Amino acid sequence: MSSPSPIASIGGAIEFIFASQESNVTGGKKVGGFDKSLELVVGHLEVTFLALGLALIVALPLGLYLGHRGRGELLAVGIGNAGRAIPELAVIALVATLIGVGMRNVAPVLALLGIAPIIVNAYVGVRQVDPAVVEAARGMGMGELNVIRKVELPLAVPTVMGGVRGAAIVIVATATIAPLAGVETLGDFILNRNVYGENGLLAGAILVALLALLLEGALALLQRRLTSDGLKLKTA
Amino acid sequence: MSSPALLAAAGQVGEGFFHERSSESLPCQAKAGEVFCWDWARENIDRYGAPTLQHLEIVLLSVLIGFVVAFALALFAHRTRWLQPPLLAATGVLYTIPSIAFFFLLLPLTGFGRDTAIIVLAAYTLQIIYRNTILGLDNVPASVKDAARGMGYTPRQILWRVELPLAIPEIIAGLRVAVVSTIAIATLAVLISAGGLGTQIYGSGNLTFPTSIIIAAAIVILMALAFDLVLLSLQRLATPWRRAALR
Repeated sequence: MSSPSPIASIGGAIEFIFASQESNVTGGKKVGGFDKSLELVVGHLEVTFLALGLALIVALPLGLYLGHRGRGELLAVGIGNAGRAIPELAVIALVATLIGVGMRNVAPVLALLGIAPIIVNAYVGVRQVDPAVVEAARGMGMGELNVIRKVELPLAVPTVMGGVRGAAIVIVATATIAPLAGVETLGDFILNRNVYGENGLLAGAILVALLALLLEGALALLQRRLTSDGLKLKTA
Repeated sequence: MSSPALLAAAGQVGEGFFHERSSESLPCQAKAGEVFCWDWARENIDRYGAPTLQHLEIVLLSVLIGFVVAFALALFAHRTRWLQPPLLAATGVLYTIPSIAFFFLLLPLTGFGRDTAIIVLAAYTLQIIYRNTILGLDNVPASVKDAARGMGYTPRQILWRVELPLAIPEIIAGLRVAVVSTIAIATLAVLISAGGLGTQIYGSGNLTFPTSIIIAAAIVILMALAFDLVLLSLQRLATPWRRAALR
């Protein structure tokens, strides 16, 4: 790459985000700009939240149940370890060639990547709850479902949210290569270098990084809101 | 890569390979629902040797650099405790930025190629290794440190002969997570022309050829599994007192 200087490159990328410019590759044709950037940010968020929601619906109840019963430790830990070893690029490429393209095919697969960290953390979080507290809840006449909902889950919030944040990081990162399977995300700027040029490449990278950091920050805030005041006192 | 004819003549790839990959009428891909072409795999498995070694090289260098930096930071923060929260936050930011974005953010500084991939992957491992090392050092019981001090150990001796050996399980647990995820993420290094097994997924024509994607993914997963087992055995060997305690 024959870039002038790092600062000039970043300047060009920021211009690219806010105003469309003539591509240095296709020449003449206007690319980038605020509207296109916004459209891709929305697309990126859409597939991310859809996948994260799907992952939560499947993994959270399963992880909580396994933790509550104290069963399936090998299963939970095995899923967690195996989940990390899966190469995302191969997953997206296989979806595109074998299953099909588009949001409906990509979101469930991204969700699969997020399931592992949520299950493991929900399992660990519930297992860490003091058995005496659970006994006390049972003694007060709570049913098993209420024990999970009103005692174990609130006490496990910090660990569970750690898993949700881990899942969000994986999903938002993998959504970047979702354009390979026909879902328009910010990865479009990065992967279609022959359309958007070097400025688009860097602009895409900046936007993806910002989006991931903002999402992580938002989830950290949510975690603080969901954690009961009693638990905060203990850690403080 | 040299010309197709030359490679075929040298017996590096099956003679049908270039023809099959470029034409639509190949025997295996022509059948709908054909996911994996065993014949092709048998003939072409040797194509994966060089990318596998390249992949291994990227992973080992990244984890080595990441480990040295994170370990040094952890030892430093172990003594200078007020540094712990800011270091955790800083490594957390590096961990949160998606590696693909990170690759291209560094592009104006370090350009295409292996160096950029190694910097990004090393940065990615910092958080895991740093956090686990600190955790391991903090978990050492105060009574053990007191006993060592009573035996006349200097602070440095306490660190290297008492605290670090007792922290080995946590340190290796961190290393295992770091190695396994780095092996998987190094697949993306192909996007900045750093080679590795990603080339067999994203390279020309491979993206629409499931057999090649599956072979490459299988090698990545097996490599991760192998390293995980090796590190686990290493942990057992390095902490003989744990096994003694179980008896």
